[in-house]
Amino acid sequence: MAIEKGDIELAGVYKRFGDFTAVDGVNLRIPDGAYCCFLGPSGCGKTTILRMIAGHEDPTGGEILIGGQNVVGLPPVARRTAMMFQSYALFPHLSVRDNVAFALRVRGMSRADRYRVADAMLERVRITELANRLPGQLSGGQQQRVALARAAITEPKVLLLDEPLSALDEQLRIQMRTELRRMQRDLGITFVHVTHTQLEAIALADVVVVMEKGKIRQAARARDVYARPRDRYVAEFLGGQNVFRCRVESVNGRSVVVSGVDMSGIEVPVEAPGRIASGQNVDLAIRRDDIRLHRTPPSQGADWNSIGARIQAIEYQGAFVKVIMENVGDTEFVVYVPEREFFEEPFEVGESVVASWHAERALLLA
Amino acid sequence: MNGTQVVEGARRAPARARVRSHDDERRRPWTFWVLATVFVAYVLALYGPMLCIYVLSLQDIRGGLVFPMKGLSLHWFVDLFTQVRTGDVKGGFERSITLALVVTVLTVVGSFLAGLGFRARFRGDGIVFYVMVGSLVAPGLVLGIGIGLLFQYLGIEPHWYTSALGAHLSWTLPFGVLVMFAVLSRFDSAWEEAARDLGASHWQTIRWVVIPVLAPGLVAVALFGFTLSYDEFARTLQTSGSLNTLPLEIWSMTLNVTSPSLYALGTVTTIASFVIIGASLGVIAWLQRRRARRLPAN
Repeated sequence: MAIEKGDIELAGVYKRFGDFTAVDGVNLRIPDGAYCCFLGPSGCGKTTILRMIAGHEDPTGGEILIGGQNVVGLPPVARRTAMMFQSYALFPHLSVRDNVAFALRVRGMSRADRYRVADAMLERVRITELANRLPGQLSGGQQQRVALARAAITEPKVLLLDEPLSALDEQLRIQMRTELRRMQRDLGITFVHVTHTQLEAIALADVVVVMEKGKIRQAARARDVYARPRDRYVAEFLGGQNVFRCRVESVNGRSVVVSGVDMSGIEVPVEAPGRIASGQNVDLAIRRDDIRLHRTPPSQGADWNSIGARIQAIEYQGAFVKVIMENVGDTEFVVYVPEREFFEEPFEVGESVVASWHAERALLLA
Repeated sequence: MNGTQVVEGARRAPARARVRSHDDERRRPWTFWVLATVFVAYVLALYGPMLCIYVLSLQDIRGGLVFPMKGLSLHWFVDLFTQVRTGDVKGGFERSITLALVVTVLTVVGSFLAGLGFRARFRGDGIVFYVMVGSLVAPGLVLGIGIGLLFQYLGIEPHWYTSALGAHLSWTLPFGVLVMFAVLSRFDSAWEEAARDLGASHWQTIRWVVIPVLAPGLVAVALFGFTLSYDEFARTLQTSGSLNTLPLEIWSMTLNVTSPSLYALGTVTTIASFVIIGASLGVIAWLQRRRARRLPAN
């Protein structure tokens, strides 16, 4: 009966609020001990999924399994889950120690016992010196540690985090991000983390789940979601890609030739060319850092593709320089040039250049 | 080029603002003096008459109802509590305090529960709300007469602890609920959810989270309930039955007592009010200190 493992399975889960379908038939498996990030814009249903796993919301249909057991209808404690709320929801009238010990007090543990356990947990998140403070006297980062300690004291198998970093300023966010990952390794339990920040998701997660309008668009390892997005939505949400609308001209063996606005005869390798037909409309993705810029047409091999473009704006980003071209058709066209390389012979705004990439680097989206 | 100018302009602007505000401190605008005069006049009009009563209550045995002062003593305070002809002040005071305490408890409990209830929408919640506000808006005297008539019609003898209690609640409960709305608007329901997440039952959540967080607001509701009941007159007039509450006693004294003991009574009730307000503030301060006690002593 008792849940011993923190693997989560969502099977055909959907949730309606009146006429609005917040979660629309989601199937997903999160392995035990994984760090999983739900990523998507506000209103995409990611928080609703989290709250359904936590037991603060019941699904309209479908099953939620934790450790192989259907937990729909069970209270949070019986699910062995714990939630960290968006604004932390620390009890304002209780000291840090009493906040952390709350779950033990509920279980009827004596004051001395629960303070001993709570103090050990405070030490684990390195806030022993704050034990007697009230939440109102803590900084955002300290509050987050208290919230983490309070949630972890029940020894959950799954920790659910609702936008845990959104209340922090930029620098602290990056610092606490590392802290979260450290805690997850330390506790060795499943973390499910909801965010709308793509950088946060790919920096933290073993599994990134990209959502749109109640549906999962892609669930994969962080690197796959970023480098091999499944469709235009995922590519644009994660960023770092140029996505051109094209038409298939011909299909031959392991590759297809496409053309679009301002470009023609572009060769793209495909894994299963059988599913693509001539005349079909497709999306072509090329990573911004896979494109090279030249003043004159380069003499490269046949497996290089190139298009002409005019530079519209240049933004210095530190590690690289963001060169923004005039739109190709209606899509943005951006190239990331490594900083040192750019300043060897800097380009100017208004200059006409040739952008080229190796055919193997282009990706045909679903 | 343009960009630099904009940046410099932005940097200059706060400096200019600072100079202007410095001028403000030295030369106040004429509107300041107008408003200050109105405020002083208001305070004088508010406290002047009351001060006259307190001063005149301290006369000696030759004292009358108007200035000038004749002597200085506590004669009329002694007179107030020893002379039967001045009325049943002691009894009225006891009844009013008892009634106000009962009203306070019922108001706090009722407003707290109603406040929690109104957080979720339910069928007919709008109607319940308007009916409630209606009893706040209805003229107190008419409401009191209505309750008196109803008791007479039903053949029940009106008493200060039955009909008057109901009349007071018709005034303090809606007030308390409105205060609770304001208090609850700052209550984050994520606290309750967090408690539930940590395994707390409904009752544990109420007892260890909701009530402690709302405690200062509940003290405010109690204070409102007490003071509104303690000096309630219009609704009590036709509902208190044969025995008077303190406001009714004072009112009847104004009709037949013509000595400064009337003023002495005014002074005593004012002191009682201040004691009660002081005690309430003391409770709030005690609650805050109890919280702060857990803090390190640095």
